[in-house]
Amino acid sequence: MKVLLVDDEQELVSTLAERLGFRGVDVRWTTTGQEAVAMVGRERFDVAVLDVKMPRQSGIQLKKEIESVQPEMKFIFVTGHGSEEDFRVGSAEADRYLAKPLDIEALVRALKEVVAT
Amino acid sequence: MTDPGAGGHRPADRAQTGSWVRPDLEIESRRYSLNLRRMWQLTALLMIVVSVSPLVILTAIDYRVTERSAESEILLNTTRVVSNTKVAVEFSLVERIAALDFIVLDNSFEQLNDCARLTEILERLQSSFTGFVDLGVIDSSGLQFCYVGPYALSGVDYSGEQWFEDVQQTRIYISDVFPGFRHVPHMVIAVKRDLPDGSFFILRTSVEVALLHKLLANLEISGEGDAFLVNHEGILQTSSRSHGDVLEPLDLEVPSYASTTRVYETSGPDGRPLIVGSVYIPDTPLILMIVNQKSALMAPWSETRRQVIGFLVVSLSIIVVVTLGVTTRLVERIRWADRQRVAALHQTEYTNKMASLGRLGAGVAHEINNPLAIIKEKAGLMKDLFSFGDRYADDPKLMGIVDSILGSVDRCSAITRRLLNFARDTDTTPVPVDLRETVTEVLGFMGKEAEYRSIEVAVEIDDDVGEITTNKGRLQQILLNVINNAFAAVSDGGRIEIGIGRLDSSHVGIRVTDNGCGMTEAQRRRVFEPFFTTKSERGGVGLGLSITYSLVSDLGGTIAVDSEVGVGTTFLISLPTSPGSKGEDTR
Repeated sequence: MKVLLVDDEQELVSTLAERLGFRGVDVRWTTTGQEAVAMVGRERFDVAVLDVKMPRQSGIQLKKEIESVQPEMKFIFVTGHGSEEDFRVGSAEADRYLAKPLDIEALVRALKEVVAT
Repeated sequence: MTDPGAGGHRPADRAQTGSWVRPDLEIESRRYSLNLRRMWQLTALLMIVVSVSPLVILTAIDYRVTERSAESEILLNTTRVVSNTKVAVEFSLVERIAALDFIVLDNSFEQLNDCARLTEILERLQSSFTGFVDLGVIDSSGLQFCYVGPYALSGVDYSGEQWFEDVQQTRIYISDVFPGFRHVPHMVIAVKRDLPDGSFFILRTSVEVALLHKLLANLEISGEGDAFLVNHEGILQTSSRSHGDVLEPLDLEVPSYASTTRVYETSGPDGRPLIVGSVYIPDTPLILMIVNQKSALMAPWSETRRQVIGFLVVSLSIIVVVTLGVTTRLVERIRWADRQRVAALHQTEYTNKMASLGRLGAGVAHEINNPLAIIKEKAGLMKDLFSFGDRYADDPKLMGIVDSILGSVDRCSAITRRLLNFARDTDTTPVPVDLRETVTEVLGFMGKEAEYRSIEVAVEIDDDVGEITTNKGRLQQILLNVINNAFAAVSDGGRIEIGIGRLDSSHVGIRVTDNGCGMTEAQRRRVFEPFFTTKSERGGVGLGLSITYSLVSDLGGTIAVDSEVGVGTTFLISLPTSPGSKGEDTR
C-alpha cells in the first residue's frame, strides 16, 4: 500500500509519515499541492491523505487535480476545523473524513479499509 | 454562556454569566417606564386641553349671550309695563281733571255756589266716575262757601294753605295722598277758574286712592312683581305687596327725576337684587314704580343656564373619561410593543453573542488543533521509537511520560472538539441531532459546577428516542438555559433529573426537574414573560426563559412549566422530530 500525505504543517506530516513507516505503510509526503501533483505524475499511489485547509490550494481542489492524473486513487480528508460545511463537503467528496489530532491506529485502520474497498 | 433569566430562582454566582446585558437594560427599562408615564400625562393633558377648550369657550360665550339677552328682555319688558301703566294712571287722573275743568267752565261761580246745584253735580260725577268723594267751591279769598260731601268743611278758610297758593300758580293742583278724617286714603284735586273781572274761584274735590290702587293691583306683573305709586318724599301713595302699605315710607330709595321711563337694578332691604322700573307722572307728585325680584324674572334663564351647565359638565365628563381611557389603552399598547421590541432585540443580541462565541471558540480551537496535532504526533513518534526499537523499550518511566503527554493532548483535543461542535451548532440549518449526545455536551459545560456544589444530575433517556432533525445550536441553548435555571434553583447538594422520551410519532419530550425552591402560582404564570424576574436585585433581567420560550417556538415546539413552592420545578419541552411536523401545545 502506497500512501501520499499532504499537509502544510511539515512537522506534522513528516512525523506522521515516519510513524506510518513503523507500521509498514509506504509513505511519501509533501507540504504543497504543487509538489503533490508532481509526485502523482511520477509514481502511482493507492491512497492520498489530504488536509482540507491549506494555503493557496484546498484539499478539495487538490483532490480534483490528482484524480485527473490517477482516477482510481482513494482519498482521506483530514481537518483541524470541524465546521458543518467542512463535514458535509469532506464526507461527500472523500472516502473517509478524519479530525485532527489524528489517532494513528485509526488512520492505519482507515487506510486499510479504503484500500480494501 | 446564558442570560440570567426569569425563573423564580437565580443565585448571585450566576450573575457573571449574564452581565453583558444587565446594566444598560436596567437603566433602559427604568428610564422607559418614566417616559411612558410622562407620555401618558402629556398626551392626556394635550387631548383634554384641545378638546375641552373650544367647548368651554363656546359654552361661556353662549352663556354670556343668553344671559345678556335674558337681561335685555327683562329690561324691555319692564320698560313696556311701566310705560303702559303710567299712561293708564295718567289717563285716570286726566279724565277726572277734565271732568272738573268742564264743570268750572260750564258753571258760573254763582251756579256752583248753590249747594243744591253742587250736590246735583257731585251725584252726576259719582254716577259717571268712580272715586269722587266730595266737592267744594272756594273763592279767591280762600273761603269755602259751599261744600257737599261727608265732611263738615263748609266755611273752612284755606287762604293760609300751601295748596291754595300752588293752585293759583299752576291752575290745576293734585295733592299727596293723606288719610283724611275717615282714615280712608285720598287725594285732593283742585281746579282754578279765572273770571273776567280778574278774580277767580276754585273747585276742589277729594278722590279715593282706591281707584288708583285697583288700577295698579289689576296689572298683570310676572313673578312677585309689585306696582305702586310713591311721592317725591318716598311715602307710598298706594299699597304695595311687599314694600309697605299706603302712607308708609317706601323701603327703597326714591328714584331720581327723569322725564322718561327708567329701569335699573338695585338691591332690596334683604340684599336680594331687584329690577325697578320707574317713571315720574307729569304735573303730579306721583312716581310710578314697578319692582320685581330679579331672580323671579330670571327664572326662565336659570332653567336655560342649568341646561347649559349640565350639558357642559356631562360633555366634560365624557371627554375626560374617553380621553383617559383611550390614552391609557394607547400607552399600554406602546408599552407592550416596546417590551416586545426590547425582548426581540435582546434575543437577537443573545443569538449574535452565541454566534460570536462560537466563532471565537472555533478560531481558538482551530489554531490550537494544529500544534496539538504536532505534539501528539511527536509524542506518538517517541512512543513508536520506544516500542519499535529496543533501546528504551524496557524503560517504564519514559513510556509513562509519553503516555502522560498523549493523555494530556487527548484532554486538550476533547476541549477543542467541544468548542468546534459548539461553533458548528450555531449554524441555522436543521441537522440530525442525537439528543443523548447533546444533553451530554451541555452537561459537560456544567460538570464542574455540579461537582463543586455536589449537585446530583440524573439523566434518563428512552432507547426509542433516536435522532431528531432540528437546529442543534438552538436546542443546545434551550437545554443550557433550562438546565442552568435548574442549577440556579437547587441548593447545594440538590438533585436535577433530566428525562427524554417520545411523546408520539412526531414529537419528543424533554423533562428537566429540580428539587429547588419552586415558584408560586402567580410567578409560574408569568415565568415566560419578558422582564419578569424575582431576582432583579441579583442581576436578573427576566429574559432567559422568555428567550428560551422563543427558541422553543422557533423550533416548532412548546414549553410548559409546573412548580410547587418548596418542592421543585419541572420544565416540559415538546419538540417536533423534524422541522415539518407541528408542535402541539402541551400546556
